[in-house]
Amino acid sequence: MVGILQDKDRIFTNLYGFHDWRLEGARARGVWNGVAEMTGISPEWVCDQIKASGLRGRGGAGFATGLKWTFMPKQESERPHYLVVNADESEPGTCKDREILRFDPHRLIEGCLVASYAIRAHDCFIYIRGEYVREREHLEAALTEAREARLIGAGNIHGWDCDIRVTHGGGAYICGDEMALLESLEGKKGQPRLKPPFPAGSGVYGCPTTVNNVESIAVAPEILRRGAEWFASFGRPKNTGTKLMSASGHVNRPCVVEEVMSIPMRQLIDEHFGGVRGGWGNLKAVIPGGSSVRLIPAEEAEVALMDFDDLAARKSGLGTAAMIVMDKDCDIVAAIARLSYFYKHESCGQCTPCREGTGWMWRIMERMVTGEADPKEIDMLLDVASQVEGHTICGLGDAAAWPIQGLFRHFRPEIEARIANYRARRANTPGASLIAAE
Amino acid sequence: MSVRRLAKEQPASFAFGAEALEQAKTWLARFPPGRQQSAVIPLLWLVQKQEGWVPEPALRVVAEMLSMPLIRVLENVTFYTMFQLQPVGTVAHVQLCGTTPCMLRGANDLKAVLEAMIGPRDRPCADGRFSWEEVECLGACANAPMAAINDYYYEDLGPDALGHILDDFAAGGSPEPGSAIGRQGCAPEGGLPTLSDPALYDGSRAELIRALPNVPERAPA
Ligand SMILES: Cc1cc2nc3c(=O)[nH]c(=O)nc-3n(C[C@H](O)[C@H](O)[C@H](O)COP(=O)(O)O)c2cc1C
Ligand code: SF4
Ligand code: FES
Repeated sequence: MVGILQDKDRIFTNLYGFHDWRLEGARARGVWNGVAEMTGISPEWVCDQIKASGLRGRGGAGFATGLKWTFMPKQESERPHYLVVNADESEPGTCKDREILRFDPHRLIEGCLVASYAIRAHDCFIYIRGEYVREREHLEAALTEAREARLIGAGNIHGWDCDIRVTHGGGAYICGDEMALLESLEGKKGQPRLKPPFPAGSGVYGCPTTVNNVESIAVAPEILRRGAEWFASFGRPKNTGTKLMSASGHVNRPCVVEEVMSIPMRQLIDEHFGGVRGGWGNLKAVIPGGSSVRLIPAEEAEVALMDFDDLAARKSGLGTAAMIVMDKDCDIVAAIARLSYFYKHESCGQCTPCREGTGWMWRIMERMVTGEADPKEIDMLLDVASQVEGHTICGLGDAAAWPIQGLFRHFRPEIEARIANYRARRANTPGASLIAAE
Repeated sequence: MSVRRLAKEQPASFAFGAEALEQAKTWLARFPPGRQQSAVIPLLWLVQKQEGWVPEPALRVVAEMLSMPLIRVLENVTFYTMFQLQPVGTVAHVQLCGTTPCMLRGANDLKAVLEAMIGPRDRPCADGRFSWEEVECLGACANAPMAAINDYYYEDLGPDALGHILDDFAAGGSPEPGSAIGRQGCAPEGGLPTLSDPALYDGSRAELIRALPNVPERAPA
């Protein structure tokens, strides 16, 4: 067998789209089964089950999903409750929600209904990134089917009225941040709001709102169907369940796969992703969770577990479990510099440390790539990174600092050598020696 | 941040066609009364679908339809990089993903192809039929390197494959989006090691569940 998770325990049985994604196909795979009972007990029961399952948010931060749902007011008031599903998926490396949206949209819609019930919402928005045009087409088609079959909407057969609608973004990574997403959903530019107030108190249109990732929502009904203890039986304590994981970069078979939490990183890479290009010995480093975490070098990748706590202990993070794998043949400094460009490009410009810092860090990183930097600039760069980290409104500032910190934490001597090399070469160029001669 | 400005040359007017107007109405209906401003991105997208880009007079039309100040529409259109503020290639506009996962698998080689076949980035080629730009991660990294051409994703590209796709567009074709090496979705290349248990697909999962686990005993009525 490949990996740890058995087929019978997979939630996303149409991950690759080999089967019918429409209502009939989804039903045959068990979606929408037993939903009337899920919405017939009590919202508290649903929250308790999700809590007991140990499900932690799949959007990157890993906050306990069941607990988040209990933050919503216990009574409906004149301010309606909203569920907002974060389908913005723009974190470099990450491409898992896309597969749910296009090949298993009914699983997501079913999850929207159940989660809306749990937080007493009759309105749900799915905010999907603008570039996912095909994915949006599938999702809209599935919603139409679900409405026509009276699975959702007013007076549906599940007894909890819930209107689920799709809207989309316009190509801004920052709108993946929940507070920016809410702004964008209200028709404004996506600049994150300050917390507090938190969405459960005042979210979209000033109403109580829960924001969750696509995967968090899509797995919820299956947890209720099979039992919290089933989900909790995978992985380690506090890091439970199954999880969509993926690899991009220098593996032989990049793909997305559902696995158990806490699977050893090496097993995941070797068995699911066909191993590192050129063999395990050729591995240089892995960024485990989308780009917004610190990388870990090969020696640590050898022993790391794919879960929140193990990777946090390595000063990295699980993030979205989308590994970016880099082998020894690549220029790792250039790879991280390209991420610095990404964060500079995607900063919303609202806070000075992030707006100015991301651009500054990128420019210095470009000089680290060529070696044209001054050795003193390494400490300056790390100093600036630490001044951006933790001093901004949203997590993008941290996200921009971490890849750079990870690079220097593990590969500093290599960059110092690159700078020394550049200088040595310069000394021998005719221009340089001329100056020296004068 | 990227600094984005409206094009110098602008058409005198803009009007939605009948079909786009119909679609605009369905967008407006999705949001609560008084919150129609929420539809600003979808409406600007409809403009772009119709015109190929977003001309300035369209901002006024959208502002009026949503009863929102023009400046707020302008803010949106300059903030969200998906909106093209000047005309793009009429046959194909290529958005090449250049972020690290795509870069690690050869996005820079694809840039060379685009430069050779189309010319410099960010402006249409001489006859106006093609244009290209570099964009940030499009969320398809397991199928890197990739590009979005017009609306859809072309994945697992190499220089030759990209060249053929552009040739096909140039000849009036509409090449099939998806993997250039024949992968299904994001499945691993060469045979599927998972999701092969027939019991997942034989309909047994659809047998009605009568009792969920962990349901509390109901108090007798
Ligand atoms: C810069 C930034 C980008 C983010 N992008 C995404 C995203 O694309 N998708 C997502 O689900 N969460 C994203 N998040 C996390 C969200 O803010 C939020 O934590 C998440 O949607 C909550 O859902 P969960 O609890 O189900 O994980 C991002 C956060 C930051 C700071
Ligand atoms: S940290 Fe950056 S992206 Fe986040 S609010 Fe501040 S400027 Fe905007
Ligand atoms: S980096 Fe190119 S699609 Fe993600």
